[in-house]
Amino acid sequence: MSVAAPALLQVDGVSVRFPLRNGVPGARERTVDALREVSVEVPSGGRVGIVGESGSGKSTLARVVLGLRRADAGRVLWDGEAVDYRDAARLRRLRREMQVVFQDPFGSLDPRMTAGAAVAEALQALRSPVPRAAERVRVLQALEEVGLAPGLADRYPHELSGGQCQRVAIARATIARPRLLVCDEAVSALDVSVQAQIVNLLRDLSERHGMALLFISHNLAVVRYLCDSVVVLHRGHVVEQGSLAEVFERPRDAYTRMLLAAVPEPDPALARRRARG
Amino acid sequence: MSGAPLLEIRDLEVVFDTPAGAVQAVGGVSLDVHEGECLALVGESGSGKTQAMLACLGLLAGNGRTQGSVRYAGQELVGADEAALQHVRGTGIALLSQDPMNTLTPHLRIETQLVELLLDRGLATRAEARERAVQALREVDIPDPAARLRQYPHELSGGMRQRVALAIALMGRPRLLLADEPTTALDVSVQARVLDLLGNVCASGLGLLLVTHDLGVVAALADRVAVMYAGRLVEVAPVAELFAAPRHPYTAALLAAVPRLRGDEYGRLPAIAGTPPRPGQPAAGCAFAPRCSHAVQACRETKPDLRGLEPGIDVTVACHRPLSAVAQPA
Repeated sequence: MSVAAPALLQVDGVSVRFPLRNGVPGARERTVDALREVSVEVPSGGRVGIVGESGSGKSTLARVVLGLRRADAGRVLWDGEAVDYRDAARLRRLRREMQVVFQDPFGSLDPRMTAGAAVAEALQALRSPVPRAAERVRVLQALEEVGLAPGLADRYPHELSGGQCQRVAIARATIARPRLLVCDEAVSALDVSVQAQIVNLLRDLSERHGMALLFISHNLAVVRYLCDSVVVLHRGHVVEQGSLAEVFERPRDAYTRMLLAAVPEPDPALARRRARG
Repeated sequence: MSGAPLLEIRDLEVVFDTPAGAVQAVGGVSLDVHEGECLALVGESGSGKTQAMLACLGLLAGNGRTQGSVRYAGQELVGADEAALQHVRGTGIALLSQDPMNTLTPHLRIETQLVELLLDRGLATRAEARERAVQALREVDIPDPAARLRQYPHELSGGMRQRVALAIALMGRPRLLLADEPTTALDVSVQARVLDLLGNVCASGLGLLLVTHDLGVVAALADRVAVMYAGRLVEVAPVAELFAAPRHPYTAALLAAVPRLRGDEYGRLPAIAGTPPRPGQPAAGCAFAPRCSHAVQACRETKPDLRGLEPGIDVTVACHRPLSAVAQPA
């Protein structure tokens, strides 16, 4: 990717090390590398998929980008400028521009807050305060944008389906018009028919507002329908990155090829041939 | 398929008594599973697939009621007393569930959990049971089985735990295995291995009732597929037929909505508008009608029965306007 302007987000040689506690006093502390010199770029308005199996470090990468976990080495650049996550004021401004949607749609909402209140809270926290009268209008607009009828604003999470809760989470995350949305397995807990709706919604929002996506997923196939480039992580290393066509059609790395071959395709002839071969 | 089915489910109904009244989770399900056959029961969350399976083993929650008939090798299980059910569980019908961390007891060694069934039922001496445990681990490709017997579940990887859970399920030499989302919690590279093992289980003559939402898993393993929507069967067909020419609009829409690794277009996913109805909100007509692009007035008024299509085609579908085999969306 050769562009004149710096990428919106640059993860530059980030390493994260976790201590392994074996509980033996006096034993030498061992560590495991969750991320090893990982570099990833998200251009403005671009959609980058991060794929890998459990333990590959993909969620750790999201946490570093969001400032939820400190990197042991390397840095994160925003608009070409290194981010100092210890600078509270800077972090507040950054959070207006960078939002997140997590996997569990029920777990990410407060069970005592209606959908409308949850979205209003995000609006007030992230923007310069919005007058009460305007608030309701903005909230209903935000809900409409994610495909929720105004009548659902007064419902509590337990009165909504998983897909509807995830739409509320997306409305909360996008109401302040962030420039980057980090999605950590955001469609993984959803049923196939709902998953397709949410994937399309994320794509629409990204295209409409030029919002970049860092889409973390263990499901390689989903990435094909949403992202324009992919990064494959394996045990904390970037083993391959490139455009969709490069990675899916001409994978160079052996692990990527294994991963692609292991996914059972919804095609009996194909799935069986592979199982026997 | 020859001979009497291992498992015959007829007009199975599952109702839960809740503070808000009776909620029907499963309605009018009829299915057969034969020896050596894998029947996949497919549906999205809340479709009733897991409750239908649990009802077969008498394992519903306390407020659940079962009606209809479930026969295992000719023996009626609905209404059977606990002793009779207990006799069938493990040695006749075994259960493999989704999360191997929850099925294995964390503080017991693998050996204890493998031999428990045989010792409790007096089916083997301790020495024989141990011998069979080693063999069972070998059959699920666990290296150095004798050493694994002394380990605890937390010492094993997720994939290995699920293989141990499968070994435990097979210890009682059941004739039928019920597997509920057996690979959902696993990474793809590990999943392929477990799918192979389940394929071997079928090849050895066991019947397999596979409950899953993953159509990739269905394609890899199933001989026949039963699709559930809102507690009812909407289509039952041989696997190749179902994927090549789905007859129920829901089956077709579901297949279209699955993200695929192959195909020319990097475009949008064909989603199904709307959401499945919540259990306890029965519709007068077809439950899929509000989301169906083929629905006509009749679909909203009368519930379609599951019926055969044409003679010579082994497909049953519950739809007033089934799709034809030729006019398939690509």
